[in-house]
Amino acid sequence: MKSLFYFFFDGFKHLYKGGPSYYAWVIFLKIVMLVGLYAWYIQIRDGLQVTGMSDHVSWGFYISNFTFFVGVAAAAVMLVLPAYVLHDSDFSQAVLLGEGVAVSALIICIGFVGVDVGRPDRLWHMIPFIGNLHFPESMLAWDLIVLNGYLALNSLIPFYILFCKYRGIKPNNKLYVPFVYLSVFWAVGIHMVTAFLYAGLTARPYWNSSLLGPRFLASAFAAGPAVIIMVLMVIRNVWKFPIRNVTLDKLAMIATVAAQVNLIMLGSEIFKEFYWPTEHSQSAQYLFFGLHGHDALKGWIWFSIILNIIVTGFMMVHPIRKNHRVLPVLCLLLFISIWIEKGLGIIVPGFIPSPLGEIVEYTPSHIELMVSAGIIALGIFIFTCLSKVAVGIEKGEIKKSQ
Amino acid sequence: MKKKLNFMEFMNRCLPNMEDLQDSGQTSGCGSGGCGSQTTANTIVTDGGCSSGGCSSSLAEAFVEPSATCELGTCGCQPESEGFIHKPMNRRDAIKTMVGGTAATVALAQTACSPANTPEEKEEIRLKWSEYFKGNFREMTEKERASTIQRLERLAEMRGKDINVSKLGPQENVLYGYAFNIGKCKGYRKCVDACVHENNQDRDTKMQYIRIFEMENGKINLEDGKADYFHAVPREGHYYIGTQCFQCENPPCVKVCPVGATWKEKDGIIVIDYDWCIGCRYCQAACPYWARRFNWAEPKLSNEQENGKQHYLSNRKRKQGVMEKCTFCLQRTRKGENPACVEACPTGARVFGNLLDPQSEIRKIIASKRVFRLKEELGTEPKFWYYMDQ
Ligand code: SF4
Ligand code: SF4
Repeated sequence: MKSLFYFFFDGFKHLYKGGPSYYAWVIFLKIVMLVGLYAWYIQIRDGLQVTGMSDHVSWGFYISNFTFFVGVAAAAVMLVLPAYVLHDSDFSQAVLLGEGVAVSALIICIGFVGVDVGRPDRLWHMIPFIGNLHFPESMLAWDLIVLNGYLALNSLIPFYILFCKYRGIKPNNKLYVPFVYLSVFWAVGIHMVTAFLYAGLTARPYWNSSLLGPRFLASAFAAGPAVIIMVLMVIRNVWKFPIRNVTLDKLAMIATVAAQVNLIMLGSEIFKEFYWPTEHSQSAQYLFFGLHGHDALKGWIWFSIILNIIVTGFMMVHPIRKNHRVLPVLCLLLFISIWIEKGLGIIVPGFIPSPLGEIVEYTPSHIELMVSAGIIALGIFIFTCLSKVAVGIEKGEIKKSQ
Repeated sequence: MKKKLNFMEFMNRCLPNMEDLQDSGQTSGCGSGGCGSQTTANTIVTDGGCSSGGCSSSLAEAFVEPSATCELGTCGCQPESEGFIHKPMNRRDAIKTMVGGTAATVALAQTACSPANTPEEKEEIRLKWSEYFKGNFREMTEKERASTIQRLERLAEMRGKDINVSKLGPQENVLYGYAFNIGKCKGYRKCVDACVHENNQDRDTKMQYIRIFEMENGKINLEDGKADYFHAVPREGHYYIGTQCFQCENPPCVKVCPVGATWKEKDGIIVIDYDWCIGCRYCQAACPYWARRFNWAEPKLSNEQENGKQHYLSNRKRKQGVMEKCTFCLQRTRKGENPACVEACPTGARVFGNLLDPQSEIRKIIASKRVFRLKEELGTEPKFWYYMDQ
């Protein structure tokens, strides 16, 4: 009990140790968070009318980002896979940072859902027994359960490992490895359930496709590792934390394969929608070519697809992918292209045209962008804290004093 | 440091307020009758009021001899026995005690922290506090329903409007259905106006449940129609087709709601508990007929515009951030009247009735006319048929 207290105490103390650039980074994140908080205050005061959403496009930037970051969270845990494949590397070390990314991404997800609902003060209605959770009918109820389960899993495993290391004990593999396996399967679970949120709606033919789940998964396993590669490289350079090249290479491999699969599925969707366009292809028509003169998303989606094809092409060439100067750039571009494809290309067109055929377009408002930036900054801030402590413990800078 | 002090100040200002409310608030909620309702230990501030009087004044008496009015469920002063057994409510009450001064205080901060000195202000806070912690209407006991209605009526009275909120349930052997004659409709949209007035929709955004599409002859897809026409009607070479919530017998909107805030009543009407909805808008995405409307801001509706004859599950005033939609005017139909749109239609294009009554006009129409429904292939079974005379 006592050591638990000192664990947290030392951990917090460690957060205040850092050079000016570390402080500048943290202060920057805090400013962005404050801006987001203020924008959220305005949104709560005046209602969701301050967003770009309407009765026609009733979900927008928030839910799109939610969907995307579920993917990042799910993919983060894939970091443990190369560690498994490689057997010789330090397993627990890889798990830690991957799960740090997962936790932060989940907090971002929950944040986006939280700001999207019209009555955040009533969220307690979702708590089983106190409120009434509509389980198992509602996929949103499922999502709540799997996301929180995943959050618990990904907070407790690293906590256990770090707490052991802090006390100078070797973590007991038998105790936590089964949970690590579980979290890999759970990762697939959170993503599929999130896809089912949309795929289950017959009212929206654009989403009502059995390919939606698998496509989500593929794009997540491309974008997620891309984020992690960038994060690991930054941590390696800034905190001088030894991360082996082979880990990065394996991750890059996963991202490449997933990006290829994603492109194949995208191609198959495009074929289905356009070889014999029906009334149900109108959303795709809107997205790729515009409908009756409305084409707000056309430029974005083509930019994203072309970028995606180019980056995937480069990543397929071994020498280019293995060049660690080029790799982070490729990862960044891959991340951006998938973020646009999933963020703007999946949620919003599902609402256009409306089920009665009316076309109302959507662009996120400034408030929405500010709130979103705030939430993402919160996630990055949490990751900064978690990884700082984790790296500190791993490097033996934080230890239980005798 | 300074921040913390402010926070403490804030709490100090809030908490004593809440406490003395709990003492003083007990008696102030009574409408007309003399009711000093004593509440049980775990319900801090509920059930202050009694609408019709004749209520026993102490808990002991109430247990022994509930008065006649109480048994009718018109009074909020019934014994707590039911509430004690009902587990979810009980837990909620426990939570309510625990969180005193935290989450909800923040939600109520604006009112709670302005020094509430007049008894009126204190009463308002007390009522809102109880409203915040009430349950889902579907799970409430008759007594809880009565007391929330009393609070709603009292709150309306305090803003200067006399309203009457009904909680009348579905009638026996009734399943409502609707038929729309596309041969007769001339696109006047009188129904739209009548609906807005009857159902207290937000006047600011001109929210409407009914949409009338102007269709060119020869076309049938609604995509080809126009719902926002501003010229004289009827227009040559066009016909008109109206949509609203079709009260699907197999409603996707109900299935997706994460908190069970929307459900199908026995008479086939899909209702929303506006005080239970969290505003996630999942149902809006799930409705294939675009029937649901969201309150993107606090709805604007003056006391003069407000229709005082209300039903808890239908046309009572909504709040910011919740979903709403057409209920076939259940505040009227459950009393045997026609929906406002049917009454307002000058051409007789709208027919409303009981599907379980073989003699009803709607049954005759379905049996004898050529009828169709929208998006039949989705399996939603809308209880809304289109037909033509010839
Ligand atoms: S029309 Fe839409 S809102 Fe009405 S019951 Fe059917 S699915 Fe639900
Ligand atoms: S908006 Fe309200 S009624 Fe609709 S699904 Fe969400 S909680 Fe349920």
